[in-house]
Amino acid sequence: MEKDTIAAISTPIGEGAIAIVRLSGEEAVSIVNPLFDGKDLTNVDSHTIHYGKLLDPVTSEMVEEVMVTVMKGPKTFTKEDVIEINCHGGLASVNRLLEIVLSRGARLAEPGEFTKRAFLNGRIDLSQAEAVMDLIRAKTDKAMNIALKQLDGKLSKLVNQLRQSLIETVAHVEVNIDYPEYDDVEEMSHQLLREKTEEVYQEVERLLSMARQGKILREGIATAIIGRPNVGKSSLLNALVHETKAIVTDIPGTTRDVIEEYVNIRGIPLRLVDTAGIRETEDIVEKIGVERSRKVLKESDLILLVLNYGETLSDEDRQLFEAIKGLEYIVIVNKTDLPQALDIDEVKRLAGNQKVITTALIEDKGIDQLEDAIAETFFAGDIDSGDLTYVSNVRHIQLLQQTMKALEDAKGAIDAGMPIDLVQIDVTRAWELLGEIVGDTVQDSLIDQLFSQFCLGK
Amino acid sequence: MSTYEAGQYDVIVVGAGHAGVEAAYAAAKRGAKTLMLTMNLDMIAFMPCNPSIGGPAKGIVVREIDALGGLMGKVIDKTYIQMRMLNTGKGPAVRALRAQADKPLYIQEMKKALEQESNITLRQGMVEKLVIEDGKCQGVITETKALYRAKSVIITTGTFMRGRVIIGDISYESGPNNQRASVKLAENLEELGFELVRFKTGTPPRVINHSIDYSKTEIQPGDENPQHFSYETTEAITDQIPCWLTYTNENTHNIINENLGLSAMYSGMIKGTGPRYCPSIEDKIVRFHDKPRHQIFLEPEGRNTEEVYVQGLSTSLPEYVQREILRSIPGLEEAEIMRAGYAIEYDAVVPTQLWPTLEVKNVEGVFTAGQINGTSGYEEAAGQGIMAGINAAAKALNKDTLILDRSQAYIGVLIDDLVTKGTNEPYRLLTSRAEYRLLLRHDNADLRLTDIGYKLGLISEERYQRFEEKKRLIEEEKQRLQEIRLKPTEQLQSLMEQIGGTRLKDGILAYDLLKRPEVTYDIIDQVCPPELDLADDVKEQVEIQIKYQGYIVKSNQQVDRMKKMENKLIPDNIDYDAISGIATEAREKLKKVRPLSVAQASRIAGVNPADVSILLVYIEQGNVAKVSNE
Repeated sequence: MEKDTIAAISTPIGEGAIAIVRLSGEEAVSIVNPLFDGKDLTNVDSHTIHYGKLLDPVTSEMVEEVMVTVMKGPKTFTKEDVIEINCHGGLASVNRLLEIVLSRGARLAEPGEFTKRAFLNGRIDLSQAEAVMDLIRAKTDKAMNIALKQLDGKLSKLVNQLRQSLIETVAHVEVNIDYPEYDDVEEMSHQLLREKTEEVYQEVERLLSMARQGKILREGIATAIIGRPNVGKSSLLNALVHETKAIVTDIPGTTRDVIEEYVNIRGIPLRLVDTAGIRETEDIVEKIGVERSRKVLKESDLILLVLNYGETLSDEDRQLFEAIKGLEYIVIVNKTDLPQALDIDEVKRLAGNQKVITTALIEDKGIDQLEDAIAETFFAGDIDSGDLTYVSNVRHIQLLQQTMKALEDAKGAIDAGMPIDLVQIDVTRAWELLGEIVGDTVQDSLIDQLFSQFCLGK
Repeated sequence: MSTYEAGQYDVIVVGAGHAGVEAAYAAAKRGAKTLMLTMNLDMIAFMPCNPSIGGPAKGIVVREIDALGGLMGKVIDKTYIQMRMLNTGKGPAVRALRAQADKPLYIQEMKKALEQESNITLRQGMVEKLVIEDGKCQGVITETKALYRAKSVIITTGTFMRGRVIIGDISYESGPNNQRASVKLAENLEELGFELVRFKTGTPPRVINHSIDYSKTEIQPGDENPQHFSYETTEAITDQIPCWLTYTNENTHNIINENLGLSAMYSGMIKGTGPRYCPSIEDKIVRFHDKPRHQIFLEPEGRNTEEVYVQGLSTSLPEYVQREILRSIPGLEEAEIMRAGYAIEYDAVVPTQLWPTLEVKNVEGVFTAGQINGTSGYEEAAGQGIMAGINAAAKALNKDTLILDRSQAYIGVLIDDLVTKGTNEPYRLLTSRAEYRLLLRHDNADLRLTDIGYKLGLISEERYQRFEEKKRLIEEEKQRLQEIRLKPTEQLQSLMEQIGGTRLKDGILAYDLLKRPEVTYDIIDQVCPPELDLADDVKEQVEIQIKYQGYIVKSNQQVDRMKKMENKLIPDNIDYDAISGIATEAREKLKKVRPLSVAQASRIAGVNPADVSILLVYIEQGNVAKVSNE
């Protein structure tokens, strides 16, 4: 049977306090183990559960605290090796985990595939075959509906344009191969192929970055407010919360963690992290401890550092600058209603490229500038939130990532001086992957293209 | 109709074109007593269209036929007037040989090869009827009332079935080149329930050599060191004959446009579907009207004939317009037509009616191969022919059948496409039809298929020994290069610079050196030559296998995945109506194609992944049931 390793979120999406990503297949353990900061999963007993941290394979930073269950075949649901990663509920974290395991070689499971494997591996009773077939059909239809709903018209138009560009390129290569003496068309050169590939690559990259921005739109910008006691963090929070009445975004299907507050800034949802902490103690670091606060800071997409205009810069302020170095932040110099004691030039020097704005929250001054600064930080130029939401389906994102990989391989092969007909294998692969997004995988279209683009014959 | 008993055979081949000759030869070599019936014994393996064999994809098929023990490669190697290796500037997977053939000589050599094979009986005669009892084939009856009996019959009638030639507004019943059309057989197949389709193809005019002014054309010579199709050929033909290149022009296009209404293609006389890759000149002008010129190749039809084939000018325009067109082209101003170009319509069998063995599903023991199955091209025909011959003999003699899969041969791709997807135009092989084309190279056809040919009895012991020796040398040399570490000596560094590569940073395995794109085996020969000089084909193989290893491994992984599905067989008696979850369109397609494996099912257009999953579960259920019943 197909022995590749499949993965999927196996808990209902957006409900419940924990969520589970499940993997099944020969490589389940070897995919998860390098990502897991904890026990060596290749060396633990079957059917045991382990606490640890799941790491981002690129940055090696912690993504999530998780519990990992290791179940070796054949005594599992699918009779194959199964790993279940338990993480905090909520769409953002569980999707992130799924994306990570997919990026490490697991394949997104087809609808009903775990059950199909369970059956094919003899785990499920023969009498249930009928039910398994119905399940596959039902789940496929449902997934198709969702995928179709999430296949935005603009996305499919763009993907089709990219496919057209790729297939014209491939047809050009093919006509050189199958009709070597046909002289109406110049020979496809490595340089030309490089350009064509690069063009599509850039577009796919742009789509994926839009997907990331779209994700921010759906899930909110994780925002932490920090500062010494009594600089006005609560005022800032209240100003943001009260200023913006809409707490929900207009993007459906997202769940909200109760301890988080959502505010909507110019259509961008801000998820204010650990606001409870701020309210109670005025100081996040004090409240949750240094280590935890570092984690909060690192997980934040945006940090709002509040300083007091009426006081000189303290060592504590400098430590905070140090703690958020390299992260995305905005410095808010509050209390401009007081006489100036703060050296603004020094603040700007410490902030480097990051924005510095001044407010007098008590007088409702400066909120507009803050909102401008937030909007500029995340979305340079005009935002059309419609544009940014159209790549949201995990399947689409995975296919786009695979497309990028195929195009990277193609570029690599060109640079290594591989013959064009070999480079073309990866370009064709990219074309096929994009086809899976829009549901068109018919091979013959290449041949159609060949004969409509070129005049060939005896 | 009173018939007479004319003889008993194992296999009867109807037709002696490129499919027929390979079919008869392969069946005979497998040990079947084989009768070959053809309308005209002087037209064996006749080339009614272009005088060439091979080219991209097609040339690889010729090598595959040779590796399996067939005739095409050997015969063209004896009779070519020019040989060229194409795509030499590209990767190894798409290089291909093409020969210009001496048409009359090809016929003679092919006839001789068949006559010398003791298991083959050649007989002139037109088959009109298949003898079928209880859905099983018993033999054939000819026009002259001869009844020949056999368990297996292979029909290879090319474009003869209800053939109709069209030139302008003139149209008459005819096979190619004014041979007789086969009408009764077409009617008989229809009665037997065969689904037929009407296809069309065409051919350009031929002109006489001395009426051409070659000074206005460009010479197209053959290769200085010609390579060969057959792994048995040892001697090259040295006196090659060039082809010539000229072009159409605005004047030509005006003539065509003015007379378009007279073309059979545009006057509505032709109902059959023509191939897009083989358009007539009028098609080219209409569809690509902004092209200022089209290439015209002038190709001699042989050494002992003055006829010259005008490639690029296939047409069904009236003869006098053909003459006008020719005379508008540089070099052909005085050209004298010897034969006019024509379009031909014919009946073909819808190939989804066939098993991958090329046996007809509804009539046991009847096989079809070649252009009758909706293909186009001598090589495509021959490739099917050899497979039909092998399998028809298997049927008659109770031996193993042979199905080549898509990763084994272009022939496998061709037949799988035909029987799984069908075709709505005459089918031509293209390299892009092969998803594993890096594995299906012309240089490794012997490595892919000689074992199979040998086991079938089509490859001689002597040749097999040579093949085994070649394989051994390749492996040993690859091993040797793994064990040699080259130091970055000044000599090696300057050599690298000479060939446009970068200097070595460190010592390197000879094996890894050869992986560099700029390094050929010649460099190995200079830096660390083997003790005994190796043959060129061994060196070539070592270089390709090492240099493209990464891609080859990747392809092989894809093949392994496919093979798993290929091994999931679908029981012959499966009832698709009983599987509830399958979508209606998929169900209809599955019932028609009756795929042998899940992999084949998944390649049918309209059968989606969910249908395949459901099918898989259903089959597994059957298997489980079987086990628990036992």
